[in-house]
Amino acid sequence: MKRLLRDRSALIGLIIIAALVVCAVFAGVLAPFPEDVDTYHLPRRLLGPSAVNFFGTDRMGADIFSRLLFGARLTILIAVIATSAAVVIGVPVGLVAGYYNNRFSDLLMRVSDVFLAVPQIVLAIAIAQTLGPAIHNVILALSITYWPFWARLVYAETRSVRNEVFIEAAVALGASPLRVMVLHVLPSIASSVIVRTTIGLGGTILVAAALGFLGLGPPPPTPEWGRMIAESREFLPTAWWYAAAPGLAILLVVMGFNLLGDGLRDALDPRLSRGGDAP
Amino acid sequence: MSEAAAILELRDVHTHFPIYNAWGRRAGWLRAVDGLSVSIARGEILGIVGESGCGKTTIGKTIAGIHKPTAGSILFEGQDIGPLSPREGRDTRKRLQYCYQDPGASLDPHWRIGRSLAEPLLIHTDIPRSERRDRVREVLAAVGLPEGHLDLYPHEISGGQQRRVGLARILMVQPSTVVLDEPTSGLDVSVQAIVLRLFLDLRERFGLTYLFISHDLAVVRLMSQRIAVMYLGKIVELGATEQVFSAPRHPYTRSLLAAVPIAGGRRVTRDFVLEGEPPDPTNKPSGCAFRTRCPCAEARCATEEPPLRTLADGIQAACHFAG
Amino acid sequence: MHPDLLSVRNISVSFSTEGGTARVLDDVSLSLRRGEIMGLVGESGCGKTTLARTILGALPPNARTTGTAILFDGLDLLTIDPGDAADEIRGRAITFVPQDPFSAFNPLFTVGDQIFELLRWKSPDRRKFETGYSRARRRTDRERALTLLRRVQLPDPERMLRKYPHELSGGQRQRLMIAMALLPEPRLVIADEPTTALDVTIQAQILMLLRQLAVERGVSVLLTTHDLGTAWEICDRVTVMYAGQVMETAPIDAFFRAPAVPYTRLLLDSLPSGDAPLRGIPGDVPSLLAAPSACRFHPRCPWASDICRSTRPPVSACGPEHEVRCHHPLVTA
Repeated sequence: MKRLLRDRSALIGLIIIAALVVCAVFAGVLAPFPEDVDTYHLPRRLLGPSAVNFFGTDRMGADIFSRLLFGARLTILIAVIATSAAVVIGVPVGLVAGYYNNRFSDLLMRVSDVFLAVPQIVLAIAIAQTLGPAIHNVILALSITYWPFWARLVYAETRSVRNEVFIEAAVALGASPLRVMVLHVLPSIASSVIVRTTIGLGGTILVAAALGFLGLGPPPPTPEWGRMIAESREFLPTAWWYAAAPGLAILLVVMGFNLLGDGLRDALDPRLSRGGDAP
Repeated sequence: MSEAAAILELRDVHTHFPIYNAWGRRAGWLRAVDGLSVSIARGEILGIVGESGCGKTTIGKTIAGIHKPTAGSILFEGQDIGPLSPREGRDTRKRLQYCYQDPGASLDPHWRIGRSLAEPLLIHTDIPRSERRDRVREVLAAVGLPEGHLDLYPHEISGGQQRRVGLARILMVQPSTVVLDEPTSGLDVSVQAIVLRLFLDLRERFGLTYLFISHDLAVVRLMSQRIAVMYLGKIVELGATEQVFSAPRHPYTRSLLAAVPIAGGRRVTRDFVLEGEPPDPTNKPSGCAFRTRCPCAEARCATEEPPLRTLADGIQAACHFAG
Repeated sequence: MHPDLLSVRNISVSFSTEGGTARVLDDVSLSLRRGEIMGLVGESGCGKTTLARTILGALPPNARTTGTAILFDGLDLLTIDPGDAADEIRGRAITFVPQDPFSAFNPLFTVGDQIFELLRWKSPDRRKFETGYSRARRRTDRERALTLLRRVQLPDPERMLRKYPHELSGGQRQRLMIAMALLPEPRLVIADEPTTALDVTIQAQILMLLRQLAVERGVSVLLTTHDLGTAWEICDRVTVMYAGQVMETAPIDAFFRAPAVPYTRLLLDSLPSGDAPLRGIPGDVPSLLAAPSACRFHPRCPWASDICRSTRPPVSACGPEHEVRCHHPLVTA
């Protein structure tokens, strides 16, 4: 943990994400115009950034800054749930497939290959389109398309750890496969999973924003960041703040997760490999 | 030796591994253990020696259940454990443990030592937590480590101490027999003596039987009462250690003993004769496997495989000309 | 012409690592005569491999070497021009036989390719600054290689040239390694634990071969090993190291008959033998990041006294060509 904090870029990532969480949790308090999430003030539409409206107003006259803050809640919700679902499905699949090297594991991996063969966005679009624009459909689409990444990662890691002496020793001791998988293999591969999950959160946000941009996300007036960018299209380039604000938000958040993930990777790896090597 | 005293008995055990060619088809068999029979008495230390490819590690792992025997039976305390996997034979195998060459490597690096030591008890017994803790402390003391080590991770202690922890873990379930696979390989000579002494102390304290597998003849001579010499999957000589060392019967044993350097004694390299290298275990010679390098080989050796037969003074040797 | 082929004088090497500075070699001195086989003996962490590397000039970048000199046939290897060193000394006048013969070879090229690659640059027939590889030289080099391969008892040398390293057995690879170390006609061969990874019967063959070749060609050999039996077999003299310090240098017979310092005495007592009870050396080899002061063996030495902790013992002789560094030698002149 100390090593992580020493890494400057990781620290920046951590700050950004902390800021995101704070914004989401305290949106009600921080937003100057909390009611603007679903009310409109047409006379104030498309005003530029000012002391009153930090990022200007949108086409309905609502304060973009306030909408962004409430949108943060949505962003986090989608990212966390979708990624968690992907992890909960993908990790056990990879674990079992990697531990047993038989036909069944081949089957599991072929299934995940099928999902991986199609670009994630395309698949997510197809699913969201079929089910209709709503938050839960976005989450569903993301989870379904995302789990194979974890399955594949965990599969590869499990297969390499499987041959370690301490695993063989646990098996020889009489430990059940479940015990070995959960108590021995999983902690050994945990660092890779954590890193992948952190970066995955960023990726999820990006795809969720893309879906929102295409109109497949939650319907208006929900302040979803992707949708806000979509709305801004017809008013560009004059109302530049309309697109810039949510775009910048997405950029910062995704970058934050990536930086944190990278930092975690550096912090976790050497610590674990520092085994007791006799001189 | 009477049947009743035998705690571990191997009857014509074979362990073969399939070899696959580039197309994934089975191209042949690696006959790592090719017909091995021996009885081990309770409380004895049987040494198994041989060079690489002789099958000594494979037989150790086969007894431990890591490999399944292709044929033959392994009787432990009267029960045939050959066909059982480690999980199936768990209860029987509780009393038969396998010690890795580097017992420290058998510890999970992410687990604290106390937890690693308690794990065998969790798997094999139902004893309550407080009793587990006591048992762990007792065995830790038996291997000469301080209680403070329970809270440390393996990489926080020295290699030698890791080794002791690995040993302690094996002793947790109170085995009667331990298969020691190359226990002193790679150890400095000064540490080796201490480790060997530990093995002997533990044997006395817990009444253990050892199967001592090693390529280091000097160590095996010191530790074992009986010794089995293996070559390409078979035992070629079996007998009391001192007898075998002072008057080996099989040509391979003679060459092997002649090859071992004795610091301060006669020099091997002055007149060492054995030519060539051990043949490929996937392509064993017909008849006697040693005939390709044997100075006494004759035509008979290619056609007839010599059985392991008992000679006048109790030594068993697998050679047509021993006696 | 110097009496000593190699003279290492007061060399210290330290590595700077994340955990601190590790003083891997501490004021080490060693001398090797022409045609002599010297055993560099010690347990893990004693620095024997580092010393070998220092002589070869093959230390990692985080190493710092200080000391008086490393004289090779009068030439100071510490101050020599790096270009000359690479060209004339390393791989030519001084060659190396590594511990693990497998990883020393490139798995993608045949044995023949690798031999010719070596000979192209290091053949005794090569003239300085020659960059090409003439047909005539290639032919003589081939003959030279085949002769040597036959001499190391590798079967069917012509076919051997076409094989890949993984097609050879461990013993064959080591023979090949020895042949390649002798092709440039070196004056000194440094062999790092050459038989540790081999079976005992193969080990006997290789050691016998190494000694025969060294004697035949008048080549000096510096052999590092942790196995006293190996040293006994073919070495004329031994130098014993512990935790980066030289403890004793002695002719082989005198050493095994009566080891002169506590460490070596305890070491020999640890060797398993039928009659004596098992005795080791309690304690652990110290970490080189925080090595004990003065004589590094003092924490484990039954004879240690205050002076052992405060002052490094000077070199003293205790017999013909028998030198020790100890305040309480067990054998005195």
